[in-house]
Amino acid sequence: MREALRSSIDTAVAVLRTLAFGQRVAACLFALLALLPLLSPMLGGSYLLLIGERVMIYAIAALSLELLIGVGGLVSFGHAAFLGVGAYATGMLASHGLGTLSVALPAALIASALFALATGAIAVRTRGVYFIMITLAFGQMAFFVATSLAPYGGDDGLTLPTRTLVLGTRVLKNETAFFYAILAMLAVTYLLVGRLVASRFGRVLRGLTDNEMRMQAIGFTPYAYRVTAYVIAGSICGLAGFLLANQTEFVSPAYMHWQRSGELIVMVLLGGTGTLHGPILGAAAFLMLEETLSRLTEHWKAILGPLLVLVVLFAKGGIAGAMEAWRQRKLTFAQLLAAADGLARTMAAAGVERWRLGSTALRGGVDRLALLAKGATKRAVTRWKPLQVALGGRLVALRQSAERGLALAAARWRRR
Amino acid sequence: MNAPVLRLERLSKSFGALRATDGIDLDILPGETHAIIGPNGAGKTTLIHQVSGVLASDSGRILFDGRDVTHMAMPARAHLGLARSFQITHVLPRFSALENVALAVQARSGSSFHFWQPVAREELLNAPALEALAVVDLTARAHTPAGALSHGEKRRLELAIALAQAPRLLLLDEPMAGAGAQETHRLIATLRTVKRATTMVLVEHDMQAVFALADRISVLVEGRILATGTPQDVRADPAVRAAYLGEAA
Repeated sequence: MREALRSSIDTAVAVLRTLAFGQRVAACLFALLALLPLLSPMLGGSYLLLIGERVMIYAIAALSLELLIGVGGLVSFGHAAFLGVGAYATGMLASHGLGTLSVALPAALIASALFALATGAIAVRTRGVYFIMITLAFGQMAFFVATSLAPYGGDDGLTLPTRTLVLGTRVLKNETAFFYAILAMLAVTYLLVGRLVASRFGRVLRGLTDNEMRMQAIGFTPYAYRVTAYVIAGSICGLAGFLLANQTEFVSPAYMHWQRSGELIVMVLLGGTGTLHGPILGAAAFLMLEETLSRLTEHWKAILGPLLVLVVLFAKGGIAGAMEAWRQRKLTFAQLLAAADGLARTMAAAGVERWRLGSTALRGGVDRLALLAKGATKRAVTRWKPLQVALGGRLVALRQSAERGLALAAARWRRR
Repeated sequence: MNAPVLRLERLSKSFGALRATDGIDLDILPGETHAIIGPNGAGKTTLIHQVSGVLASDSGRILFDGRDVTHMAMPARAHLGLARSFQITHVLPRFSALENVALAVQARSGSSFHFWQPVAREELLNAPALEALAVVDLTARAHTPAGALSHGEKRRLELAIALAQAPRLLLLDEPMAGAGAQETHRLIATLRTVKRATTMVLVEHDMQAVFALADRISVLVEGRILATGTPQDVRADPAVRAAYLGEAA
């Protein structure tokens, strides 16, 4: 048992070492997500599972938007429309009793791809601010069409009779099964977008972002490539819509509101554009910030706003960029502290009274969390150098503690 | 006499009241290196932009290999074999030198609507790209991002990209622009090799380069062709001496 565990961990480490840094981060994220359902009973039950599902669904949407923003240089401000189109396709079919996977999923993908083709064919003719405005306009058009869909709930939205049936079974009603289904979709999306970026098509798309004049001079017509990218991104976001409709068992026009499009852009920027693990990190960071901050105060956006300003100012590559800088030791602990200090000052300046007036219990919790974080960062800093020398060190420690834990659990089990 | 590769008929382009090119007639013959010289603002770059398709012409016709391309978009002209370099460097800064050139090969070899296979491993693209880099002596810098190259290296990369297109006609817009004396010598030597296999139109201010490379020279002044002929003819032309080279030349 121990040997098997040791060898499997060794294999995992060996595989990790062959990957690029970004892929390593992504692999760790996927591993963490895969463990979440096993940990959730200990950490607050299915609530954690639901947050994890939301993170993964929005990570798929953010990945598709990264394909436009980071790879294609097209800042779409109407990307939530595809989320809505995918969700509505799923919801409307379900309300007619067509809620099976073989119908609903292709319908969601095709509907969002068609919407992307129709709007993209026009939008992609423009660049820069005009592209932002035209995608915003198309997004809002989709939003208003949804509010006027009286047979499907109009403003109020539409409740799904049940989650999509898989081979006639309600397997997705099992939250753990549904969680892993979303995780699989996210992994497929990550793989797909990664391959696409490195393909012939992806190279052309990246080249067009770098210097369009050069690309035309060597014989590439930008339009066809950009429309294709728009359609691919749209249908991937439609997949996120399909999953979102299933997760909430509800479809509403709010899914395609421009504010949602803005949040998707924030996720991509916060996570770090130019990488594929960035959007996943960004979706996770945004939703968890939203979750924690909105519990502290109802004015949580007053905290999130300055925070985003700081990210844009100090960490241009977002979280992924900061991680990369940290790895290359370009980002020092002092800078991090300065950034945190700056954030604290900005928040104080924003006059978020609620922060200080929070219940004592909550404050105690926050204080403890701060202490914990302080201790952890201290430890991380002191351990940083040896870790840099051998990545394996961290994993060896992890393995040892895992072995100790297992031994302890086994001992307890026997005593029982 | 062979049919011209490029024929310009009464080609004109105005910006407001300014006639940048004003009824230009010009034949570029197969195999020749044809230099276009003239003072600043004579319309040389405008002419190159019109021929390559960056700018639409107001009037006149452009015939490439006997085919009317006057209203054809730039990428389509590139596919016919019309390659160009830019006076202001246009490379892809985040791409390596090799990728910059490999993209030019990719543009002429098959569809780019492939979404799965990693393009960086396509030897059919990399091998010709490396060849083009070798011609301009950039092999050692193949994996350096183009944005990190020196100015002279970027100028050579521009040339390598155009060469990798395997052009029928190469339009070079001041390839020596901003290059130092040593770089200029190097580029002249490179272009000497290139001209053996390629028909070229060379817009250049550097007279040393022009007289070293050109088979024929056209002098452009205020949007019109003042004279066309061999370097000796042009050097001796009194009108040219008065208008451009100056009495001292």
